[in-house]
Amino acid sequence: MIKILTNALRFILLVALQVFLLKNMVIYGLNVPYLYILFVLLLPFETPNWLLFTLAFLIGISVDLFSDTLGLHATACVILAFFRTVIIRVTVQEDNYDSDPEPTLAIMGFRWFFFYALILTLIHHFFLLTFEVFKFSEIINTLSRVFISSLFTLILIFIAELIFFRKKERK
Amino acid sequence: MINLWRFISRFNAFFFLIIYLVISITLLIKNNDFQKASVYNSSNEIIGGIYQKVNIVNKYLNLNLVNDSLAKENISLHNQLKSSFLNDSIVTKIVTDTINKVKYEYILSEVVNKSITSRNNYLTINRGSKAGIKKGMGVIGPNGIVGIVWNVTKNFSSIQSILHEDTRITSSIEGSPYFGPLIWEGKDPNYVTLTDIPNQLNLKPKARVVTSGLGVIFPKGVLIGIVDKAGVKGGGSFLDISVKLSTNFYAIEYVYVIKNNYQTEQETLEDANKESVND
Repeated sequence: MIKILTNALRFILLVALQVFLLKNMVIYGLNVPYLYILFVLLLPFETPNWLLFTLAFLIGISVDLFSDTLGLHATACVILAFFRTVIIRVTVQEDNYDSDPEPTLAIMGFRWFFFYALILTLIHHFFLLTFEVFKFSEIINTLSRVFISSLFTLILIFIAELIFFRKKERK
Repeated sequence: MINLWRFISRFNAFFFLIIYLVISITLLIKNNDFQKASVYNSSNEIIGGIYQKVNIVNKYLNLNLVNDSLAKENISLHNQLKSSFLNDSIVTKIVTDTINKVKYEYILSEVVNKSITSRNNYLTINRGSKAGIKKGMGVIGPNGIVGIVWNVTKNFSSIQSILHEDTRITSSIEGSPYFGPLIWEGKDPNYVTLTDIPNQLNLKPKARVVTSGLGVIFPKGVLIGIVDKAGVKGGGSFLDISVKLSTNFYAIEYVYVIKNNYQTEQETLEDANKESVND
């Protein structure tokens, strides 16, 4: 129950943060952080796939509604959710942990979380920005946007995780 | 049957991916069409309303810049007032002006949401069909051109800004007869490119780029920006001119929607031309 509440709160908070604040944070003219993907990254391991995909789709659509890009963020988020299941299946052994772990920095350790966040952020940003431009002739420009935005997003993900780091450790 | 079920449940993530991908890509493609633009965007009543609330804070933070541009506009309007000209005629009488009919009307409206950073950018304003705004009208700001109305609801409209890959505004260098479409290449929101200008044009630095007045959307001579630099692409016979926009999209708060009273008449005539050519 608490888990559902935390995640619902996280959903609202991240969407609000994204559409009201982060959308206006710009570096080098065109690069924005997309911190809202943290919601999909932090869903608990035992989330069933249908719920995972539905939630990813929902958060994508919510961001889309506020940025006039219906379907764009949703597409990228659904792809992100799929790669999340792949990465978790490859790297996490199900019988290895004692009591319901979550894919957070505090529980899974820095190394694992860093690669997890890095790969998924790159995948999400790549699909998001490629679908937005949809032109092969601008691929260099798009790729540089992917990397700079990813860097920006990753920094924010780690800041967010470090802020809530201690609270979870105590529990 | 059991094997099939096992197969599906083993790869269920993949099947979910396919289902949701189909839904979202359908939305994406449908929404990208200018003509079929759906109502699920920020000109929607609820989302427009939320943005209007949040915008109160933004408006306060930008007061300095807005005041500045409004003051400048006031000065230029003052300069056009009758009282600022010396009247040297002796006989005066009131003349009802029957020669000039109002062709363009301007509707003031406030920007409640905008994007600058995407490849395709939009603005949302707080006037809609109630104020007489229709799809396809031109939009300018105090400093210059902004975009074209894309989608309208009762109280809000969204504007396809000039920073969009499908926006092509016919423009020309002030004082020259040549015109061409204006394109945004998606790199810097302060610069756009004016293409298709023949390279025999003797281009002065800092020349003003204005709307050409062709078509029905914008009046002639609305400022777009100032020539930054010009180059010939790949030895062709056309110049690609980089134009610094005069509109600062970061600070824009108020815009004017342009209503052309003779739009239908001109369009009906031009459509009739096309039809008679086809016959």
